[in-house]
Amino acid sequence: MSLIQFFNVSKIYTPDIVALDNISLKIDKGEFVFLVGPSGAGKTTFIRLIFRQEIPSKGQIIVGGRSIARLKRNEIPYLRRNIGIVFQDFRLLSDRSIFENVAIALEVLETAPREIKIKVEKALSQVGLSSKARMFPHQLSGGEQQRAAIARAIVNNPRILIADEPTGNLDPATSAEIMKLLEEINHLGTTVIMASHAQDIVNRMKKRVVALDRGRLVRDSREGEYSYEA
Amino acid sequence: MKLRTAGYFARQAWVSIRRNLWMSLAAVASVAITMFILGAFLLLVFNINFISTSLKSNVEAAVFLLPETPREETLAVQKQIEAMPGVVKVDLVPREEGFRQLSQQFGGESELLEATGGVNPLPDYLLVRVAEPETIHDFARKARALPQVEKVNYGQEIVDQLFAVARLMHWLGAGIVLLLGLGAICLIIITIRLTVYSRWREITIMKYVGATDWFIRWPFLLEGLLLGLVGSGIAALLIYWGYDLLYHELAATFVFIPLLNDQTLLLRSSLTLVAAGAIIGALGSLFSIRRFLKV
Repeated sequence: MSLIQFFNVSKIYTPDIVALDNISLKIDKGEFVFLVGPSGAGKTTFIRLIFRQEIPSKGQIIVGGRSIARLKRNEIPYLRRNIGIVFQDFRLLSDRSIFENVAIALEVLETAPREIKIKVEKALSQVGLSSKARMFPHQLSGGEQQRAAIARAIVNNPRILIADEPTGNLDPATSAEIMKLLEEINHLGTTVIMASHAQDIVNRMKKRVVALDRGRLVRDSREGEYSYEA
Repeated sequence: MKLRTAGYFARQAWVSIRRNLWMSLAAVASVAITMFILGAFLLLVFNINFISTSLKSNVEAAVFLLPETPREETLAVQKQIEAMPGVVKVDLVPREEGFRQLSQQFGGESELLEATGGVNPLPDYLLVRVAEPETIHDFARKARALPQVEKVNYGQEIVDQLFAVARLMHWLGAGIVLLLGLGAICLIIITIRLTVYSRWREITIMKYVGATDWFIRWPFLLEGLLLGLVGSGIAALLIYWGYDLLYHELAATFVFIPLLNDQTLLLRSSLTLVAAGAIIGALGSLFSIRRFLKV
């Protein structure tokens, strides 16, 4: 069974802005999916629907066998514990060390401090930041900050990792490192969904590409490329 | 909730107070000031109620009998009035006594006798006290209906005015206390919202990584509770000692005004103030973060 399923999903912001228009697609466990398209194509709305920051206006979304639209407010946290999220602007807390920033994701689950220490150290070593655990975000480079944000997203071993333009603020070399990291995470079994503008990255990775344009799904190809005129 | 988590919440609340020290002090100060004003006004209303009830309980009616009424009949009327419902006490003031009192004002009995042609023109009268001051109108009407009674005096206008003022103070006081209470809540909500606003980023991130709403609320709730408790505690102490001081000052100067000197009431008011401050602080916090939880 697919991990994420969209059935004829539309999202309309009142009064008549159509962000997504009748989208149907399936994403299987372990896939790596690029979400491409120009600004305003509906990529961010698509992502927000998966972790239930938005509710579809029409259609049905199933994540891990559960209907998103029917999720009660107090069930949302349990959905999100299965989903790690990474943003373009990192969203780290500036007054906390890298260790503490990653630990937040476990603290909210009421994890024991000893277990938090073990898991955070493991996640930091996975992203290559073990030596910078005690530093604060402003002492790190952009790429390192994004690595810390990725560590926070995966520390809880989520089934899905969502990345919204994770390389948008980074130079090409750093972006390549981040992509390598995401690919490693994907190899360990986590489904990765990444929205991106970066044509070169998408083309180089040879992964599934879902192209959106003005809210419509215009292309969905295995080992695809960015260009959606084709 | 695990015990460890409770400790985490308390720590978070404390860290937040320390990080936003000035904002926290502002919140404490605003709670202290509004609760102090509220408490002071509450005691003022209590005192006005107290004064008006003690004045009201002093309301008496003088029932004057017809001048030539024989003493036996006077005593019979006294019995009749004593039997009326709501009457607490009836004192007979015989005409001789009345004459003596009057003559004191005129500088001597003989002079007054001379002026009145050697006879005592005064009637007997009865001083009547009723249990419920509000019933004095009814009593007066019934007493006037008795054949031996010439007139009933009870300072009708003064009594009416007193009742009107007491009623007004009662409602006005309740209204102002309510308004002050609402004002306190608003002020506290605004102050706490500022501290919450400085942490919306943290709240958003916690929501993204799957924190439940209550997990986020608890530290804020504790923070609001603590700030409210400290603020209203200061207010209650000021009220408690301040009233004591003021009472002794005023009681010596205005001997004729009855003031409340009820330690139990004062203590209860202070404690109510503290509890109200804590509740307002906690509710203010919950209300303030509501918007930020919608992520």
